[in-house]
Amino acid sequence: MMKTFAELNFPGRLIAVEGLDGSGKSTQIYLLKRWLEAEGIKVYFSEWNSSELVKSATSKGKKRELLTPTTFSLIHATDFADRYERHLLPLLRAGYVVLCDRYIFTAFARDVTRGCPPDWVRGIYSFAAQPDLTFFFKADLEVSLNRILEGRPKLKFFEAGMDLGLSKDPYESFRLFQGRILEQYMAISGEFNFMVMDANQNVETQQAQVRRLVGERIELKKFRRRSPLPLPPPVPTEGPAVEVEEDSAA
Amino acid sequence: MKNHSENTKPHRRFYGNGIPGVCLEELTGRLIVVEGADGSGRSTQIVRLVNWLETIGHATVQVGLKRSTLVSAELEEAQEGNILSRTTLSLFYATDFADQLENIILPALKAGFIVLSDRYIYTLMARDMVRGMDEPWLKNLYGIALEPDAVFYLSVEPEELVQRNLAKNATLDYWESGMDLGLSRDMFDSFVKYQTAIQGVFRRLQKTYGFNVVDANRSMDSVTSELRKKISALLNGK
Repeated sequence: MMKTFAELNFPGRLIAVEGLDGSGKSTQIYLLKRWLEAEGIKVYFSEWNSSELVKSATSKGKKRELLTPTTFSLIHATDFADRYERHLLPLLRAGYVVLCDRYIFTAFARDVTRGCPPDWVRGIYSFAAQPDLTFFFKADLEVSLNRILEGRPKLKFFEAGMDLGLSKDPYESFRLFQGRILEQYMAISGEFNFMVMDANQNVETQQAQVRRLVGERIELKKFRRRSPLPLPPPVPTEGPAVEVEEDSAA
Repeated sequence: MKNHSENTKPHRRFYGNGIPGVCLEELTGRLIVVEGADGSGRSTQIVRLVNWLETIGHATVQVGLKRSTLVSAELEEAQEGNILSRTTLSLFYATDFADQLENIILPALKAGFIVLSDRYIYTLMARDMVRGMDEPWLKNLYGIALEPDAVFYLSVEPEELVQRNLAKNATLDYWESGMDLGLSRDMFDSFVKYQTAIQGVFRRLQKTYGFNVVDANRSMDSVTSELRKKISALLNGK
């Protein structure tokens, strides 16, 4: 198996979060990022399926339902490779703590659920090193499902796994699809040293555990900025300083 | 169209894992690949083969690199800007290939068509191998590819290729000259060095994949007649 970034002597460290849609992983990694930033750590955040270059092809493919399991897998691998080579690797060389909302394990779980051969998928991602720490947010399937289904009534075609033909009802299809993905995740959990978090707990409890584990496993003071960030422009004394924090990751 | 190959049973196989859920026995058409550098006469030969095959009653479909609905425009754009790193570009091309394989090649073969492919995975692999990509990684990636019924590699000396490209366009293509590799700042030199390296890789791939090497330094007509002769033999099951 591929080594971690620490084992490969990278100056930086990579922390990944994985889990089903609705497991709360994006909220947790966002809060982790806020903490690390406040500690003066050099942090970079990267999200699955977010490379500008590949985005138009991916959204076109999804909108027109053009994707097969093979092209679905390859286009996400392309997206990952782009972020990996142009952002993650240089930042890890520069001593950053890189936070990834989903990493190669998302592909291992999803693409295999869609019917791609596991060794083919793993082979494609074999250029990627292992995270130094991988959190897996494990909520009861029903909890994750309800979070998604309550908040967002209309499910997208691929999101619901409609391409698998599990059910004609998108909600039923989504349930079955997510259940199978969870099985795949659990099957590889040990092999890739997932730190399995109880995602049925409240946000604060989970975040406290995440911060404690990160602090124990990564010597954070080594990743501090040498010089502080430039000060923000002065705030006008009269007007109220409006700052709204929204977690847009969901 | 009636299946033209009842007297032969093509031993269909994927190079590796293949595409999930495909029934190989149903692919009754023929997949014919023409490989070669720009200036090898590839496109002209394909046009001639299509004319000939249709005249004698075969339905044909053409595919080629960077022609997929899914990513061709994005791939073109990315290449223009020269901003993609190696693995990314490689996977982008593989996506383009897979899209055409699943949406054009396999359905056409199922319908008994003759599919003419203007280049195939070998060019994609050779380009990457010249750039130092890992060969086993590429073989796994392109394990999705169907083994063609025939592959014709139009081989032309690099010195002749450079003459043909300049005669046609009065300039050399950036990528076909391998300018991203920094082999030489001089485009002419870079083209010759790059094409020589690509040919070296093709000779290695030839040993693995066993394609027909066609001497395309000769006239277009003599190459056409050699291709026709070999394809006739294939269609007649010899």
